[in-house]
Amino acid sequence: MKLKTLVAAMAVGLGTMGALAQTNSGPVKIGMITDMASLYADIDGPAGAEMVKWAVQDFGGKVLGRPVEVLSADHQNKADVASSKAREWMDKDNLAMLIGGTSSGTNLAMAKVAQEKKRPFISIGAGSARLTNEDCTPYTVHYAYDTVALAKVAGNALIKAGNKSWYFLTADYAFGQSLEADATTVIKANGGTVAGSVKHPLNASDFSSFLLQAQGSKAQILAMANAGGDFTNAMKAAKEFGITKTMKVAGLLVFINDVHSLGLSNTEGLQLADSWYWNQDDASRKFAKRFFDKYKRMPSSLQAADYSATMNYLKAVQTAGTTDGDKVMATLKSMKFDDFYSKGTIRADGRMIHDMYLFQVKGQKESTTPWDYYKLVAKVPGDQAFTTPAESKCSLIKK
Amino acid sequence: MEIFGIPLQAFLGQLVLGLVNGAFYAMLSLGLAVIFGLLDIVNFAHGALYMVGAFAAWIMLDKFGINFWFALVLAPLLVGVLGVVIERTFLKRLYGLDPLYGLLLTFGLSLILEGIFRDQYGVSGQSYPVPELLEGATNLGFMILPNYRAFVVLASLVVCLGTWFLIERTRLGAYLRAGTENAKLVQAFGVNVPLMVMLTYGAGAALAAMAGVLAAPIIQVTPLMGSNLIIVVFAVVVIGGMGSILGSVVTGLVLGLIEGMTRVFYPEASSVVVFVVMVIVLIIRPAGLFGKEA
Repeated sequence: MKLKTLVAAMAVGLGTMGALAQTNSGPVKIGMITDMASLYADIDGPAGAEMVKWAVQDFGGKVLGRPVEVLSADHQNKADVASSKAREWMDKDNLAMLIGGTSSGTNLAMAKVAQEKKRPFISIGAGSARLTNEDCTPYTVHYAYDTVALAKVAGNALIKAGNKSWYFLTADYAFGQSLEADATTVIKANGGTVAGSVKHPLNASDFSSFLLQAQGSKAQILAMANAGGDFTNAMKAAKEFGITKTMKVAGLLVFINDVHSLGLSNTEGLQLADSWYWNQDDASRKFAKRFFDKYKRMPSSLQAADYSATMNYLKAVQTAGTTDGDKVMATLKSMKFDDFYSKGTIRADGRMIHDMYLFQVKGQKESTTPWDYYKLVAKVPGDQAFTTPAESKCSLIKK
Repeated sequence: MEIFGIPLQAFLGQLVLGLVNGAFYAMLSLGLAVIFGLLDIVNFAHGALYMVGAFAAWIMLDKFGINFWFALVLAPLLVGVLGVVIERTFLKRLYGLDPLYGLLLTFGLSLILEGIFRDQYGVSGQSYPVPELLEGATNLGFMILPNYRAFVVLASLVVCLGTWFLIERTRLGAYLRAGTENAKLVQAFGVNVPLMVMLTYGAGAALAAMAGVLAAPIIQVTPLMGSNLIIVVFAVVVIGGMGSILGSVVTGLVLGLIEGMTRVFYPEASSVVVFVVMVIVLIIRPAGLFGKEA
């Protein structure tokens, strides 16, 4: 009897040991949670998840001798869906690293889960600068862009061109609010004024009423602090109501997919800030061609960033010799990144510091090849584009 | 002069814009009311059919160079045929069952339709230009009204009046109404009731598609355009009284106006104001404004 119990106990013990051993020799799992079907699905979405897989393949499919597996899920732009999926993957699947796609609300929620579980979280598509400011954590990396950079790059250029009075059309959620607040700071610092703002619900279908209010403000600039389908519909209505004749429209977050969908006739002359453009150099064009062959469209800056971030994470794991969250984060923050997407470093608050660009949308005559949409107006160095250490509200930055 | 702290000029402008949106609500809820009133089907696929109508117009222009005016006739016809196919293959099996089955089936269909278009065209949307004849805008003194939007209001009024007249004032309409009251009796008089029901669903689908074609030059054509609108349109039908044609037209226009006003006074509430009205109406008149007490 005693022998049996002993054997059973040993079996249980061996079993657990086996399980433990498996977590260190089984696949390294990377997860991506983004909007797969709604208004932001084209700028990131399923193609973004595929870019993560491409990076894994190109890295060789293995790291530290273990295969790398990619999981992906749709958060439907709901913070609770995003955080519960992240928690499930970290608890059950022993997820090593999480990538956050579009939508600020969902990314702020995922960052909290990643901090609790001590796993690296790389936010790509979310805009809100809160991720590395008030809500920064030791495990968050904010990779592509943020609302501060959009405001500084696009805002500064427009004010310096003599546009002093602004009116905001703002999407009423975390991202829009951050963007309006950050842009207002830039405008006031440069001696400009904000004539007013109107907040619209996310996914609003009709913008004519809001635009009529904007027109009444007599401001020089109509700044759109929204994105995706909201931006395209607002832009279309602005043109229809002749607002583009009396006010200059500034899209504070515009992706190349939006320009393509509206057409150059609706967007000519629009100035916008972005972290990457497919036609900026040979390495970017090479990546873009591969993307185009599969999807018949050009990649957005987010999809390029998805690839780049995954690749750099795998390099960090290789260098650190472990998937341990703290050690990988330390390695990431000590590395210098240099690839087709950007050159940069990750600061103590998790902000990846790299160059940002101000582009202007070409006219129909200037655009010579398909998707040839932007000309470069200015390149803004990372230390001028993003929150400076002095401005930061993150406790991880030592002042 | 000011009204509630808003210059009269701006106030009038918002009234006109509210009317434009109301025209869409009226046309979409009209189709729903016809289908519910005559067939007892809660047609959740209505938003998807509206979206398919807009896409049909866009594809006709993009691939075949068919202009807006032809699309305004062809797209509804095409979607009407799709409606007939849906009725023949799926809906006819559900008559006499709990309306919940029809609701679930049409909801599933709308997800499938949306999925197909999302897979093919993505969600960013396609741009449909305003037809040449209606380009430009008219200065009304208090606002600049794009000619196209004025046309939408007129077109919607014509369609709504026509449909109302057909159902309430013609012999065909009388057969239809009688057929849905007592199919067996009407059939005994030699009227082909199943054919009528089939054509009614087709006509409802065509109405949704026509609204879709009219919307295409105003908003980006995307697979999500139907689901963004359908819940509001359902609220309109409920407020107007399920199945009441006059009710849905009047309610559609009025709610468009109320929503427009909310966008001025408290924009953040503009997406919920319709439902607030719905709650209030249902408390006071459970059958809706124009509905008959069951």
